Amino acid sequence: MLDRLHRFLHRHPPAAPGIVLVLAVALFGVLAGNRFLQPFNLSLVLQQVTIIGFLAVAQTLIILTAGIDLSVGAIMVLSSVVMGRLAVDFGWSPGLALALGLAVGAGCGAANGVFVTRFRLPPFIVTLGTWNVFLALNLWYSRSQTIRSQDIESAAPLLQWAGTSIPVLGTRLTVGSLLMVVLFGAVWYALNWTAWGKHVYATGDDPRAARLAGVRTDRVLLSVYVVGGAICAVAGWALIGRIGSVSPQAGMTANLDSITAVVIGGTSLFGGRGSVVGTFLGALIVGVLRNGLALSGVDVLWQEFGVGLLIIVAVALDQWIRRV
Amino acid sequence: MSRGGHATRAPIVEGRGLVKRFGRVTALDGADFDLYPGEVLGVIGDNGAGKSTLIKALSGALAPDAGEIRFEGRPVLFKNPLEARAAGIETVYQDLAVAPSLDIVENLFLGRERRTPGILGTVFRRLDREGMQREASRRMSELGLLTVTDLSQAVETLSGGQRQGVAVARAAVFGSRVIIMDEPTAALGVSESARVLELIRTVRRRGTPIVLVSHNMPHVWEVADRIHVHRLGRRVAVIRPDTHSMTDGVAIMTGAVVAGGAE
Repeated sequence: MLDRLHRFLHRHPPAAPGIVLVLAVALFGVLAGNRFLQPFNLSLVLQQVTIIGFLAVAQTLIILTAGIDLSVGAIMVLSSVVMGRLAVDFGWSPGLALALGLAVGAGCGAANGVFVTRFRLPPFIVTLGTWNVFLALNLWYSRSQTIRSQDIESAAPLLQWAGTSIPVLGTRLTVGSLLMVVLFGAVWYALNWTAWGKHVYATGDDPRAARLAGVRTDRVLLSVYVVGGAICAVAGWALIGRIGSVSPQAGMTANLDSITAVVIGGTSLFGGRGSVVGTFLGALIVGVLRNGLALSGVDVLWQEFGVGLLIIVAVALDQWIRRV
Repeated sequence: MSRGGHATRAPIVEGRGLVKRFGRVTALDGADFDLYPGEVLGVIGDNGAGKSTLIKALSGALAPDAGEIRFEGRPVLFKNPLEARAAGIETVYQDLAVAPSLDIVENLFLGRERRTPGILGTVFRRLDREGMQREASRRMSELGLLTVTDLSQAVETLSGGQRQGVAVARAAVFGSRVIIMDEPTAALGVSESARVLELIRTVRRRGTPIVLVSHNMPHVWEVADRIHVHRLGRRVAVIRPDTHSMTDGVAIMTGAVVAGGAE
């Protein structure tokens, strides 16, 4: 019985977080009743996990290669500041400002990737360094000032587009949330249905074997960091939509939250194992937990306690599942 | 397949006067090497005799300082294993170089995936999973390897012998001209070794020559047509399993006897 469960979870990595999500929804359905299960509230959960969801997609790609990226939050904020400053303070066309912001994100990712592949530095150290570097650049370029929502609205409404809400059947979805779901789908396709995806898994699994099989692992790694950086920049755009303004102080806890979603989603920190479907479920689990506990009237500190416990359980479960 | 009879045929791979130095250590000291079409060539030698340097030179993993490698009669200089592989020389490494979390089909096609024809393949770069699966299943059964029925099984769930089977199948499936196997049985148990030796025979029957580097004398004597004996960085003899015993082989290998009757 336990053996069959083990094999099932081993073959279907997203199964474990899927089960946890269903249990969590059921639990809060009972504890908080209708307030929790209302379509409006559930779409609110989706909105609350949107930003972390974007970053977690990038984080999943990098963790699949046995790396880690501590700079995702900093890249996101820096990109959003670049978009806001160019469009509002320098009067660039919003489309161009958005494009340059995305390019800055990809460039930050490329910098991480070059340090990891050319100089063979551990990703943890590289991104710990660039985290600080990007945050410093962010404070310098933004002059530590927030760009007000009204100013963006009049100068560059495109930057706030991700915040547009779409009422569907009593829910309130935003463009940003839908964009996040689409991104998850696109990355799922890339990982499962393209050679690039297989190479990402192989590189994280056993880089030497991948190299011997003809995979250019350095190129794969670099591409993962560049794509990850670009996704963080998209998160920066969605962030402007969500909070309305551009703030150099936003998203301070985003790094660790993205790692949390990935880990709870069952992606192994040792690389080569996991999926973005799991990460999506992981992000939702954290969202449901926070929202459900709040609606049940539980103190915020117990939300943190619960999330922390979940991380440890998820990693323990991963260790067990990984055993062959 | 007749043993020998290659006297009039040209070698498919030959090395002449190969030299490789690492600092003051001379790993290859004017080594020669010949592999003929359709044969299994055993390569034996004591630790440090330079066998693995020789194999690395042939498989493109390192470049010799001097000497010449010819492949199908033409001089070649492989800059890396990928170039050797593109030319048709596949190497199966001893530590089962496969990606454990990928499945069998994905491992077989790793680094040479096929895409769906049409716009799905060109624009969306979609993998032709069904096609690869069919091809893999056909090739694996040709090699008698279809004891594993589920090709979408992750390689890490396979036994050591089955993994070796996947590694050999990788090499054999893609019509390579030469397969080099570096200690393929070193990590395996008795019955799994037997299966790998059987696989070597099957591949030879299908016409692909194999270089079998091994410390295991009984295994070499069981499948090899000829045996290249390496000592102190060069080939000291080529013997045949039917004219020389294992004891003779070991004696030549260790220098106790100066090779007589070598070709």
